[in-house]
Amino acid sequence: MRLNYPSNVKIINVPCTGRVDILHLLKAVEDGADGVYVAGCLEGDCHYLTGNLKAKKRVNYVKKVLEGIGMEPERVEMYNMSAAEGARFAEIAREFTQRIQELGPSPVRSGAKAA
Amino acid sequence: MVVAEQKPIEEILVMVADFNKVLLTGCKGCVTVCCSGGQKEVGILASALKIARKKEGREIEIDEITLERQCDPEYVDQLEEPIASNKYDAVLSMACSVGPQYIAKRYEDILVYPCLNTTFIGGALEHGVWAEFCQACGSCGIHNFGALCPIARCAKSLMNGPCGGSAGGKCEISPETDCVWHLIYERMSRLGQLDKMGNVVMFKDWTSSRDGGPRKMVREDLKQ
Repeated sequence: MRLNYPSNVKIINVPCTGRVDILHLLKAVEDGADGVYVAGCLEGDCHYLTGNLKAKKRVNYVKKVLEGIGMEPERVEMYNMSAAEGARFAEIAREFTQRIQELGPSPVRSGAKAA
Repeated sequence: MVVAEQKPIEEILVMVADFNKVLLTGCKGCVTVCCSGGQKEVGILASALKIARKKEGREIEIDEITLERQCDPEYVDQLEEPIASNKYDAVLSMACSVGPQYIAKRYEDILVYPCLNTTFIGGALEHGVWAEFCQACGSCGIHNFGALCPIARCAKSLMNGPCGGSAGGKCEISPETDCVWHLIYERMSRLGQLDKMGNVVMFKDWTSSRDGGPRKMVREDLKQ
């Protein structure tokens, strides 16, 4: 398909989004990621039945944690797409990149610089 | 188990506002089981606090340690080395409120803060949901009530129920709260013990409860 998506999106492979832990997301933010999103299979299509639903709950938990410390919860997101939807994958990468660009750099990095 | 929940992170951030280095301690007992203060929750809270402080431009150093239990002096002793070899501004505890009190007693010269609100003695209804089942009154009489506790599970702690607020098996305080007296009736009915419900239960002797002040239990055979 030779589809392009923004090069700022760094992919970390997991066997299933059910493997994604709250700490994985938080550590990425802590280390200065401007945004983190989880790309899971379509709801109802999880090979392990509920992996993507568990990931969605964890993403929501992290959003609440970020809200609690005064950081934009939109910096973390859950997306669902089929493995056969390459075009959708690229579209989401562009969409999320656009969202993060509008939010600006992570205050974790700008805060560290200010110190 | 003792059920506890994490304090709002805003509250914990205020506690650590003046500190640059703290020791965050978890407990592998009850609070691990109720997913509030085990190794994992320690990691999550530490990360969240670090993010918040990095954002403000003044990082905080947080060491993490999760003890077998914080309600036993022998395990609290394990904090001696990290406390002695690090200049912590404070120790934060993610145990029930017994933990921070034990740490404060053992280490007299360091500030100790609780990160959890201890809520009740209870059990899991399902994964992620816990409910109160015991109020530690000190003289269990649930066998008189179909093995269900009216003290902890009735909003009014009625010994002779139900009251007029029971409707459709639910308590008037919330449609989500079962009327324990309804459950008692159903269970005693199933057990063929409904006749016992006719007996008036007399006043409970509360001297074994908190009314007698802080309680203590001594087992002479175990005592050193």
